Amino acid sequence: MAMAPIIQLKELRKTYVTGEEPVHAVRGVTLEIAQGEFVAVMGSSGSGKSTLMNILGCLDRPSDGSYHLDGIEVSKLSRNELSDLRNHKIGFVFQNFNLLARTSALENVELPMLYRRVPLSTAELRAKGMQALEMVGIGKRANHTPNQLSGGQQQRVAIARSLVNDPVLLLADEPTGNLDSRTSIEILGIFQRLNAQGITILMVTHEPDVAKYSKRIIVMRDGRIRSDDLVKDRLDAVEELKNLPVEVEP
Amino acid sequence: MRIRTSFHTAFRALLRNKMRSLLTALGIIIGVGAVIAMVGIGNGAKKQVEDQVASMGDNVIMIFSGSSSRGGMSGGYGSAGTLSLEDAVAIKREILTVDGVTPEVEGSSRVAAGNQNWFTRLNGVSADYFAIRGWNFSHGGPFDERDVKVSSKVAVIGKTAAKQLFGSEEEALGKTLRIKNVPFTIVGVLAPKGASFFGRDQDDTVVVPYTSAMKRILGSKGVPRITVSVERGKPMAAVQEQISDLLLQRHRIASDRDADFTIRTQEELATMATATSSIMTTLLGFVASISLIVGGIGIMNIMLVSVTERTREIGIRLAIGARGSDILLQFLIEAVTLSLLGGLIGIGLAFLSAELITRFSEMPVYITAGPILYSFAFSAAVGVVFGFYPARKAASLDPIEALRYE
Repeated sequence: MAMAPIIQLKELRKTYVTGEEPVHAVRGVTLEIAQGEFVAVMGSSGSGKSTLMNILGCLDRPSDGSYHLDGIEVSKLSRNELSDLRNHKIGFVFQNFNLLARTSALENVELPMLYRRVPLSTAELRAKGMQALEMVGIGKRANHTPNQLSGGQQQRVAIARSLVNDPVLLLADEPTGNLDSRTSIEILGIFQRLNAQGITILMVTHEPDVAKYSKRIIVMRDGRIRSDDLVKDRLDAVEELKNLPVEVEP
Repeated sequence: MRIRTSFHTAFRALLRNKMRSLLTALGIIIGVGAVIAMVGIGNGAKKQVEDQVASMGDNVIMIFSGSSSRGGMSGGYGSAGTLSLEDAVAIKREILTVDGVTPEVEGSSRVAAGNQNWFTRLNGVSADYFAIRGWNFSHGGPFDERDVKVSSKVAVIGKTAAKQLFGSEEEALGKTLRIKNVPFTIVGVLAPKGASFFGRDQDDTVVVPYTSAMKRILGSKGVPRITVSVERGKPMAAVQEQISDLLLQRHRIASDRDADFTIRTQEELATMATATSSIMTTLLGFVASISLIVGGIGIMNIMLVSVTERTREIGIRLAIGARGSDILLQFLIEAVTLSLLGGLIGIGLAFLSAELITRFSEMPVYITAGPILYSFAFSAAVGVVFGFYPARKAASLDPIEALRYE
């Protein structure tokens, strides 16, 4: 059965007016991403991929064209409706983790649930928060604050936070950009595992090695899609980890 | 986001910068403390006066000769000799609910005893006077009606005057003092009464029969004042009116407005005396309120700094689905929490300073619920008003910009 696509873009454009000359960041992108896909978006800086990410993440609205997220037309929504959409449908993972400082891992994970329109009880918050932390293998560190965690651990907490409201789409912006290679592969392994469970993932990266862990690579250039190909020699994180030289963990 | 969670978040944000929060709240602390303490001091002064009035008897009516306002001009009480001794007699005779009447003549005179002399106040009154004023004796007793009738050369002396002339109250009893070279025998020494609400030492006095005072010392005929006491439980207003009607009739005056005398109850006099301290209290409270507003500006300043510092946090919250209103509420609650905590500490400070003021000075401080509630509500309002602008600034941030903020 053909399911409705999670993301459907038609002739999407974004033009910024800064100073005299209008800047055409995205110049007509048409794209469909179905449920269960794992897509990597690549491109050099200035290619329009960040702008596209912001629009896909409902942080920004397109100037022209249409964007349907899980069947909802986003381009005409109000600020508050966009907030609600981000809360229910999208999980964000950032390059610099973006956890709240001096706030425990568990409380960071509970945060998206606090902004749900229908509030949950404290017990439910706790339970769902812990469940999300367990899912990324960091349940034991629930009470640690970000400065007590390594980069990889922080990114795991961020992934747990992005999953806690059961989103239809996980948006990752350079998720391995601040991590060493082993930790990067571990994080990509988590993505592959989540994807195997049916979660749709869209990841922005400029590293071809990282993109190879996805199923489909889209390359942007000058605000347009230059290529859109399925990954042939896909890397498997579990296998890659085995091949890495064994390190003694501190 | 639930309110309880919001307060929790606000508390944590404030605890993160303990010193800064304390300094910010200091404006409110001082403001609230000042309002409560200042109004407390004002109320203390007022209560002192009221206590004195109560001790003097609330059943006393005073009739002053001369109108309080004639032709738009205010002549002082007792300025014209329009009352007479016969008026006093008539009041006692005609009005049954009156149980004591005394004409009062007043003067100041040098009084001598042995080789001591003292300038003091001289009161000429009837034998009823001591009962009307509720004034007891520490030694001896009052003169009686017969003394008044025959203008006896007897006197009652206040504590201060007795001490000045004779060294002690015991010594004074039975001694002779000379007023304008007329010798008077002291038959009683009055129990101390302290300062009146106009600030006069009531114990610095010599009291003699009014007949003696008028004939032998002052040589006057008019009566500037008649003081009346009303039987307990009888309505003061009715008696006041009866006296007024009687005197109007005796003076052959048709209308109230042209009355050549003024009737005041003890309570009315007290109200006049407390009016000044009421104005002072209001003024002090107002000045202290200004420091509350200044404290609010301090809160606004720090909240603006806080919004800038936490731009990234705001960006994260917006990205994961907080609405503008959630962010607004968060910062507003933080500002209100800050000002309410300041208010609570300020209330504590007010009680502490009240305790210290009462302990180290004569001033009584009387803290009431009114200014506490007022200043607490005011500090909450200050938090809302001055927290709103920074909170709105936070709420209207662009999530993309905020996330990128370093």
